[in-house]
Amino acid sequence: MRNASYATAARKVPFGLPDVAVTLGVLTLLAVIAKVGAGAFVPFTAKIVPHVDLDPRNLPYYAARSTLRMFVALVWSTLFTLVYGYFAARSKRAERVLIPLLDILQSVPVLGYLSVIITAFIALFRGSLLGLEFAAIFAIFTSQAWNMTFSFYQSLKSVPHELQEAAALYRLSGWQRFVQLDVPFAMIGLVWNAMISFGGGWFFLAASEAITVLNHNYTLPGVGSYVAAAVAAQDLRALGWAIVTIAVVIVLVDQLFWRPVVAWADRFRFEQNAAAEAPHSWVFDVIRAANVPVLVGRVWVPAADSVGRLLAAVTDAWFATRRPAREGGRGDRLFNAAVIGIVIALSVVALRFILTTVGFGEIFKVFGLGLATMARVAVLVALATIVWTPIGVAIGFNPRLASALQPVVQFLSSFPANFIFPFATLAFIRLGVPINLGAILLMALGSQWYILFNAIAGAQTIPTDLREMCDDCDLRGWRRWRRLIVPGIFASLVTGAITASGGAWNASIVSEVVSWGNTRLTAAGLGTYITEATTGGDWPRIILGVSMMSLFVVAVNRTVWRPLYGYAQKRFTQ
Amino acid sequence: MSDELIRCEHVYKRFPLPGGKGEFTALSDVSLSVRSGEVLALLGRSGSGKSTLLRIMAGLIPPSSGEVLSGGEPVTDANPDVAMVFQTFALLPWLTVLENVELGLEARGIRRTNRVRRALNAVDLVGLDGFEGAYPRELSGGMKQRVGCARAFAIEPKVLFMDEPFSALDVLTAENLRSEIDQLWNAGNFPSKSILLVTHNIEEAVFLADRVIIMGSNPGHLRGEVNIELSRPHNRSDARFAEIVDRLYTIMTNPDVTIAATGETPAVLGAAPHKSPFAQPLPHVRPGGISGMLQLLAEHGAQTEDVAHLSDRLSITADDLLSLLEAAVSLKFAEIADGDVTLTTTGRAFAASSIQSGKEIFRKQLLECVRLFDSIVRTLEGKKDGTMRVDFFLDLWDEYFPAAEAQRQFETAVDWGRFAELFEYDSLEGVLRLHESTAGEAKIGTLPAPAKP
Ligand SMILES: Nc1ncnc2c1ncn2[C@@H]1O[C@H](COP(=O)(O)OP(=O)(O)OP(=O)(O)O)[C@@H](O)[C@H]1O
Ligand SMILES: [Mg+2]
Repeated sequence: MRNASYATAARKVPFGLPDVAVTLGVLTLLAVIAKVGAGAFVPFTAKIVPHVDLDPRNLPYYAARSTLRMFVALVWSTLFTLVYGYFAARSKRAERVLIPLLDILQSVPVLGYLSVIITAFIALFRGSLLGLEFAAIFAIFTSQAWNMTFSFYQSLKSVPHELQEAAALYRLSGWQRFVQLDVPFAMIGLVWNAMISFGGGWFFLAASEAITVLNHNYTLPGVGSYVAAAVAAQDLRALGWAIVTIAVVIVLVDQLFWRPVVAWADRFRFEQNAAAEAPHSWVFDVIRAANVPVLVGRVWVPAADSVGRLLAAVTDAWFATRRPAREGGRGDRLFNAAVIGIVIALSVVALRFILTTVGFGEIFKVFGLGLATMARVAVLVALATIVWTPIGVAIGFNPRLASALQPVVQFLSSFPANFIFPFATLAFIRLGVPINLGAILLMALGSQWYILFNAIAGAQTIPTDLREMCDDCDLRGWRRWRRLIVPGIFASLVTGAITASGGAWNASIVSEVVSWGNTRLTAAGLGTYITEATTGGDWPRIILGVSMMSLFVVAVNRTVWRPLYGYAQKRFTQ
Repeated sequence: MSDELIRCEHVYKRFPLPGGKGEFTALSDVSLSVRSGEVLALLGRSGSGKSTLLRIMAGLIPPSSGEVLSGGEPVTDANPDVAMVFQTFALLPWLTVLENVELGLEARGIRRTNRVRRALNAVDLVGLDGFEGAYPRELSGGMKQRVGCARAFAIEPKVLFMDEPFSALDVLTAENLRSEIDQLWNAGNFPSKSILLVTHNIEEAVFLADRVIIMGSNPGHLRGEVNIELSRPHNRSDARFAEIVDRLYTIMTNPDVTIAATGETPAVLGAAPHKSPFAQPLPHVRPGGISGMLQLLAEHGAQTEDVAHLSDRLSITADDLLSLLEAAVSLKFAEIADGDVTLTTTGRAFAASSIQSGKEIFRKQLLECVRLFDSIVRTLEGKKDGTMRVDFFLDLWDEYFPAAEAQRQFETAVDWGRFAELFEYDSLEGVLRLHESTAGEAKIGTLPAPAKP
């Protein structure tokens, strides 16, 4: 066997230090999962709500429960992504339904339908904590899956034409094509997207562990519910511990999971020439230095071979690249008509339900509340852009500073802002800040980082020689911004603003109503409306509020962000 | 031998035009067959539908009407008798060389041990032994295409399809690979029964093929075929070889010429055989590079220098050196005979010149020795304002090179022309503009008066 990897494997010491580390690491991980996972199967009834103990010594356990939830959600998101994205990209008909649907799902505020999910899951898993567990996982899932699916779909759509032809001509089965062409091609985008979405997921985790739905308080053991309990008990010390814990968890997950995954995924880079700078991870280096994975891999080869062959045989008949069917046939027209019919029918049903229960006037009222929240989002995006763009550009222009601060900004953007809310609330109460304005600050806590992040990234793409040219021509101050910096970072800024405003709409549901102990602050806005409807179990209002928010998000996307993005692409990129 | 492997019968292909504005006919009534034991070349200008025809025969896209038979069976799906070598290699970067080669075998359900053996054989056949564990990104373009070939060889197809397999490679690498394929074929143990080659390059077609099918454009159709009745390997220095090449040039540059079905000398109407100046590829080197090499040669003192030694002494790759030499020879700065390079008087003068006088010598040589520059300058002079849209020239190159190479040819020509102060390239307006001094000189009469067509 002349294969290089076999040769090096044979030369290695059979069992070295890295092997000890890898084996111990895997065993520890399994033990922790077994211990923590068992907690999820505890029976529960609506009356005996699981108790959250504010003793900080319980925090590691709670953190482990929360983290496990995050990873279970990640697994589901990934599976969903692979299946949904695959069909959307490979079937023209599926695409026509799945992609607009995904667009809508992405615009619906996750926290808006959390109540719906929780009620459904509790009904499904009567008498077990598993119902709540799944509801929380589902909330995190919905915050991750749409992004990841879009990324995967777009990657699949951009598989180079010649590779597709090679796959067809060399008669790759559906399965083989999926694992050897489609998924590897999409891998890097998928990993980055998953990492960012996972970071965003902590926010939803914290929001979904303790929630009041239909006049019931539901609590799941975890850091999120720990924070909720600390707020109720007005315990600042416990809050501090919770923040430290979540910070440690985020850093650990990044170092032990995401860095290695990113370093591993680098092999799927599509550019044919050697990399400028490959991502690096010490954990990945240890795993690669160890022999155990290679040995396990080799044992696994025959099994993998037969599984692969089996799947190949099965998928050959189902998915084998068939030649594109003729477009615009009768079947297609029927299909389109059916889709449109279903959409119209659903809208009519929803509209009738709302009209008969809450009346026409309510719609106007909710629209007004929507305008209030939209104003908050707009102020937030504008302020954050003004504040963070110069700072981001300054960081981006300084490579050393940028590489030092990049992880910090990444950390900040995945840090769940709702852990900070109690402190802000307390400050608002003490200083007498009206919540109608304060809510903007709360919404900004989580979403502003996207703007900073993108400003840095945009500034980094401006070539150094262009900046030197500006120095040379004595182009300074405002002129320099107008001629060089703004055109250079415009596309990134728009991307940042889109993400930030999406995050802010979602955050409005938890930002417009905050409490400290028994003091409740409520701002006038769509977020408050949805939260109150959820707490009271008022279905028509829940549906009305969530639909209104989705409509606002979609409308703003279509009328503002998309055109702006198109303009940025056309005007400012080579 | 006359048993047919693949046959097209009255194949038409129409593509819908964007915006639902009717259809565009890419292929019109194409009938041809690929016979066992032959190398068949499809020769035609860009847009004549060569790739489309190849893909229809491979079963990758359906014909709009007509039929393709492979081994007597109608082709309705990816044609199992065919393997393809792609212009841009189409390798999976995350698989090693061996895994890439195994891909097609795995898809055919061949067990691992058997598969590895066959893949290794194919890798050996293309001279890549030792690189089985390498990833494509570690390989040069020529080696990547070898992997592409090995992947096709491994499944031992009846017909090997090659769509401009050498055009993404630099001239020398392409030549190298081309002659190796030819050797393999001539040796008689080639892994396929016949080869169908798509190409722009007339010499390539004559060198490799037993039969050349010429395609015309608007709509794509078959114009006829020419049998290459030379004994294999086809020898480029053979007078018959040059004759066939000239004949094909004539056919290609005269879209209206009809081709005698027998493959005998076509009935050329008037026009003397001539090559377009745009058909002759420029080596992609910079004038500064040529000048640098000549200076080093001149310093060395000796009259002649062995080419192989030169490569060591200048510590550049043989490929780069050969490109530089090719340029120097075509500009009559140097001569090569029996592996030795000798500077000409002009070459010595150029090496010893100052910047300004160097430019003058370079300009003179360009105009005298490379017809391309003469042609461009005349075209520009023919215009009142001395400018011409770049697309005009690109179209001319496009007839002989695939788009990317046409672009590179253009860039190299601009580089040389600018250095020689013959013309300027205005990228904002997308025009070539005659350089002021050239415009002046032309009036004095250094150049023959432009021949108005
Ligand atoms: N999928 C398609 N849709 C629409 N038009 C197409 C499509 N594929 C090819 N064409 C058109 O068909 C014509 C023939 O294209 P084809 O690629 O077969 O030419 P070719 O001879 O291979 O040219 P080249 O030498 O540049 O590769 C071209 O005008 C091209 O624009
Ligand atoms: Mg082509």
